[in-house]
Amino acid sequence: MAATLSPPRILPSGDSAITVEFSRNIDDAANQRVLALDRTIANEPVAGITETVPTYRSLLVHYDPVLVDFDALGKKLAALAQRPVPTTSKSRRWRIPVTYGGEHGIDLEDVARTLKTTPDDIVARHVGGDYRVAMIGFSPGWSYLSGLDSFLHMPRRPNPRLLTPAGTISIGGVQAGIQCLAGPSGWHLLGRTPVRTYQLHRDPTFLLEPGDRVTFSAVDAKTFAELDRAAENGEIVAELIAS
Amino acid sequence: MSKLVIASIGPASSVQDGGRHGAQRYGLTPSGAMDQLALAAANTLVGNAPSAAAIEIGPFGAVFNARGGAVRVALAGAPRNADIAGRAVALDTSMTLADGETLTLGFARGGSFSYVAIEGAIAGEPVFGSLAVNARAGLGSPYPRPLQPGDELETQAASGAAERRIELPGAVDGPIRVVLGPQDDEFADAEKELFLNSEWKISATSDRMGYRLEGPAIKHLHGHNIVSDGTVNGSIQVPGIGAPIVLMADRGISGGYPKIATLISADFGRFAQVPAGKAFRFKAVSMAEAQGEARKFAGLLRSLPDRLRPIEAFDLNIEALRDANVAGSAVSAVDARTWQTPSADALAQD
Repeated sequence: MAATLSPPRILPSGDSAITVEFSRNIDDAANQRVLALDRTIANEPVAGITETVPTYRSLLVHYDPVLVDFDALGKKLAALAQRPVPTTSKSRRWRIPVTYGGEHGIDLEDVARTLKTTPDDIVARHVGGDYRVAMIGFSPGWSYLSGLDSFLHMPRRPNPRLLTPAGTISIGGVQAGIQCLAGPSGWHLLGRTPVRTYQLHRDPTFLLEPGDRVTFSAVDAKTFAELDRAAENGEIVAELIAS
Repeated sequence: MSKLVIASIGPASSVQDGGRHGAQRYGLTPSGAMDQLALAAANTLVGNAPSAAAIEIGPFGAVFNARGGAVRVALAGAPRNADIAGRAVALDTSMTLADGETLTLGFARGGSFSYVAIEGAIAGEPVFGSLAVNARAGLGSPYPRPLQPGDELETQAASGAAERRIELPGAVDGPIRVVLGPQDDEFADAEKELFLNSEWKISATSDRMGYRLEGPAIKHLHGHNIVSDGTVNGSIQVPGIGAPIVLMADRGISGGYPKIATLISADFGRFAQVPAGKAFRFKAVSMAEAQGEARKFAGLLRSLPDRLRPIEAFDLNIEALRDANVAGSAVSAVDARTWQTPSADALAQD
């Protein structure tokens, strides 16, 4: 059954980029189409395109206006976006160790109180999720995940923190996140991972790709410390469980 | 190996180049020079690749010393007073510092960023093909942060090539041109008119990430929260308080405020040079016009090697210029390219 796909909006982002918008909202089906178009462009390079940036709801396509103009590229992208989204797209699956609660996840108890349950229940729901990297943004390696248990959907903190630790595992709204570098965040901090999604002088520099699947595993603080040392030395402490 | 030692330098000064491309999908900002034309002009003067790494100098001054040998450099971008060991030097020219000599740059006048390119370029370790400083991500080489006094930039010894000037088109002072979108439908027509017909100023709180604009508040149709999507250099976001922010070279690669318009790429460097507090306006142009300007700009960049000229006596009448400066008249050393010998009347003003 080839359901007709609604055409995306082809929006100008200045004279050197096009936003191919599939939805105005956070929408899993739209994100699948974003990632599918991204893969199509990677597999079948289009003249003039210099770089693509997937987000939840749109694909930003940077191009060189000396080589291709807005009208021609817009038509081409609209046509490529009408291709059916592959149902069994091959994607890698990672298992990422997390130490929950305590100093590693200072908001776990507050989240449990707000949602009227126990910290163990929050951890069970978070660790049991089947996630997909919907986009990477904000700062290097900051991975936004779709697939969060709807029980855990809750508004972001009213007052964002100016500094949260490297490796923070957090939730915000309908999203889950893996934060690589220390930085500001308004999300709820559930735990930390020793995994560096971005590490200079390591191959690969960036571990996760948009579209990768992610599951978590709970580890104790001692294991965290061991894995953290290994990761500091360039070891990839995430487990690739399928590809 | 020759080196350029930073004796003093103002904030917002860092090593920048053509930028770090290809990793925006991983959240990595391209960074790179705020004014790519000025970067390319400075590099062309000393025979470097146009987007090679150079020193981007913010609105305040800087003092450099040559050590371990002569160093040949070029200065382009925002006008400012400049001298080597007391000899005035001109904007858009190359110059050689003998071992131990000092290059002194004053405050930017009528712009924000100047570029000092070093012949043989700056030695460093590129990441994603770039030495550009991105302080937030801890990237950049030889220093992953803005430059500080005491920093040393290693380079090759000066070649001794004849000094040159570069003839650039005259400064354009018209409105900053934009293409509406990608989220101009988040604003009523009257708000778009307000944006296009108002006078704006760049706030002093601006930086390489974004220029905050001072002017009327722009209201949204449906509130200021949209689901984050990708940004480009020159995206004009309107946050909740209604004061637009133009995203610059160190922008976040995604953003969650509606973007009313986007600077045309040919005007990005010109906009980056608008000094804080100076009034300017925007003008909406068609996509066809914007892309025509982008092609013209690419042509201008390609033409830079053909714009090099020998320095002749009338271009840089250093002695007369120095006399004029000593006399305290308003003659500018950096405008030496167009400078005429001042009349006796002008010199007698003091």
